[in-house]
Amino acid sequence: MRISRKVSAILLVALALIFSSCGKSSGVKEIVVGVAGAHSGDLASYGLPTVNAVKLVAEEINAAGGIDGKQIRLVIEDDQCKPEVATNTATKLVGDKVVAVIGHICSGATKAALGIYNDSEIICISPSATNPPLTQSGDYPNFFRTIAPDDAQAKLDVDFATDKLSLKKIAVIHDKGDYGKGFAEFAKSFIEAGGKAEVVLFEGITPGAVDYNAIINKIQASGAEGIIYGGYHPEASKIVTQMKKKGMNLPFISDDGVKDDTFIKVAGEFAEGVYASGPIDTTSSPIAQKAIKAHQDKFGTEHGAFYINAYAAALALFNAIDKADSTEPAAIAAALRSEKVDTTLGTIGFDERGDAIGIGFSIYQVKDGKYVEVK
Amino acid sequence: MTPELHLRYIGGIMQLDLFIGLLLGGLAKGSIYALIALGYTMVYGIVQLINFAHGEIYMIGAFTALIVSTVISYTMPGTNMYVNLLLSLLAAIAVASAFAYTMEKIAYKPLRNAARLSVLISAIGVSIFLQNLVLVLQTPDFLPYPALLPEIKALEPFRNVISSSQFIIILTTVVVMVLLTILIKFTRIGKAMRATSQDKTMAQLIGINVNRIISITFLIGAATASLGGVMISANTGQMNYYIGFLAGIKAFVAAVLGGIGSIPGAVLGSLVLGLTESFGSGYISSDYEDAFAFIFLIIILIFKPEGILGKSENQKV
Repeated sequence: MRISRKVSAILLVALALIFSSCGKSSGVKEIVVGVAGAHSGDLASYGLPTVNAVKLVAEEINAAGGIDGKQIRLVIEDDQCKPEVATNTATKLVGDKVVAVIGHICSGATKAALGIYNDSEIICISPSATNPPLTQSGDYPNFFRTIAPDDAQAKLDVDFATDKLSLKKIAVIHDKGDYGKGFAEFAKSFIEAGGKAEVVLFEGITPGAVDYNAIINKIQASGAEGIIYGGYHPEASKIVTQMKKKGMNLPFISDDGVKDDTFIKVAGEFAEGVYASGPIDTTSSPIAQKAIKAHQDKFGTEHGAFYINAYAAALALFNAIDKADSTEPAAIAAALRSEKVDTTLGTIGFDERGDAIGIGFSIYQVKDGKYVEVK
Repeated sequence: MTPELHLRYIGGIMQLDLFIGLLLGGLAKGSIYALIALGYTMVYGIVQLINFAHGEIYMIGAFTALIVSTVISYTMPGTNMYVNLLLSLLAAIAVASAFAYTMEKIAYKPLRNAARLSVLISAIGVSIFLQNLVLVLQTPDFLPYPALLPEIKALEPFRNVISSSQFIIILTTVVVMVLLTILIKFTRIGKAMRATSQDKTMAQLIGINVNRIISITFLIGAATASLGGVMISANTGQMNYYIGFLAGIKAFVAAVLGGIGSIPGAVLGSLVLGLTESFGSGYISSDYEDAFAFIFLIIILIFKPEGILGKSENQKV
């Protein structure tokens, strides 16, 4: 018999409903967690170590029986550190019914994704997004991070520039992005508030431009004794290279976006002497040592940027899910805020706003081709 | 000298240094845009196509030189740096030209009689394809670029306002322009190119191998672009698979600014663009670097839609 169009339409919808409800029941036996960040593109070196860290932590927990008997399943999505891609990534993860997301990596992308996660109240814990408003504005109650915010970083860099290096005239440059400009604006306000130095230049550069000759000439003409740069390593290495080639040997101080081995690799000899702030070096602790060794054993390479922070974020998140005995966002958030957990960053907790308690930044300098902590 | 005069003297020197530095930097940047814009304008002149994949040719040239010079340094260390540079450049030009030739034959020739929009979309497709091809075959990382361009001793004292690389870039572009003008104006191939761009059908009727001329045009464009790619990457010290994008857009804007289809126009537009960006960033603000260029473009196009040196489209009856 020929089924009329109406009947077949109804049948189709009914089938679809049956299949979709079948899918739901299988999710109960596992805990689905998303890992989002830059896994390709020029900032992949910031995002891939996080994937490795979460994988290692999840494997260890799963091998010991999982959380409350449930296995952890990771959904790994790439956002290329681009805000417009991050919204798609976030939508995809929400559709995959994740209970929490470890990520994103870049502040701009994280902010874009949080808009989506907020609607579903999914917990988002980032190992590297440092833009202060993410926690300080109060707009994102489900956001946590295992890295200190940029104002702490900027204050450290500015104090180092004015006190340790005694710079009186500083040029503050940024890359016009959420992260770089945010950091630079904090640096500028701290310098002006401190009264020990003046900001002789405050400008943004365009990432990906053919060269930065104009801004370098401008820095020279401004009489700056040092530069504070907010942004990522590709532009930083271009500026440092062109500056040093011109014979301008000014101290160059930057943020954790530049404290990356790729910076040293690309800038080569011109990277010598560059300062960058980054998370305090806690790698001597037993947990951190174990994490570093695990990475070396499994992947055969150095761990990379934010690995320690991501490892801590994963430990904190899974601990919270365990202690809360639930995958409801509100319960996980409450557990994160009330529990103290031993991690690669030391024993940490989270405050009302989502910032981690017990961590901080430190200044590093490139010496003999490696970043060395400046005491 | 009194302290005030001394300070003003220093200030004056610094301001003069700034001006010269921005001027020469703008010329160097404009030269790189020119080397790429030449390809855009020549191809447009001949087949009325904006070859959006041209920026990727520039990137492929730079990448090839990187690979070849690294291989040479490893397998034959101690090779004279000029020999290394020459071999890398030749390899870059060869590979980039090969890509351009293939691109033309596969993606553009079959669409020669189709709607203009179709071949434009094809060009965008080739651009995305090439970017991702290099991304997949190589790496998304930023790669350090060897300093292939020699340091000129005589320019040491002027390191303040100009670097050897910038000087070489400007000089090379001048030489390329001269050679290209000679080619177009005084050789048979040049005459054939001019004829083909004026009227393809007539050119064919009088015996010009139009397909060959079109291929040659693509090859020349690829050669100049890859040359630019190598020089700017050596100057900056780094490159990655995405550099073709922004440079390509700027060069395209430059070509349109100067009059798309006109070779002197491409160079003029590029220099104007480079200088506008340089002075705009230097004297006003780096924040709006791209804005200056595009605002200038809009202004020019409002008053002269065909570009500075462009010829207004006369309808053929």
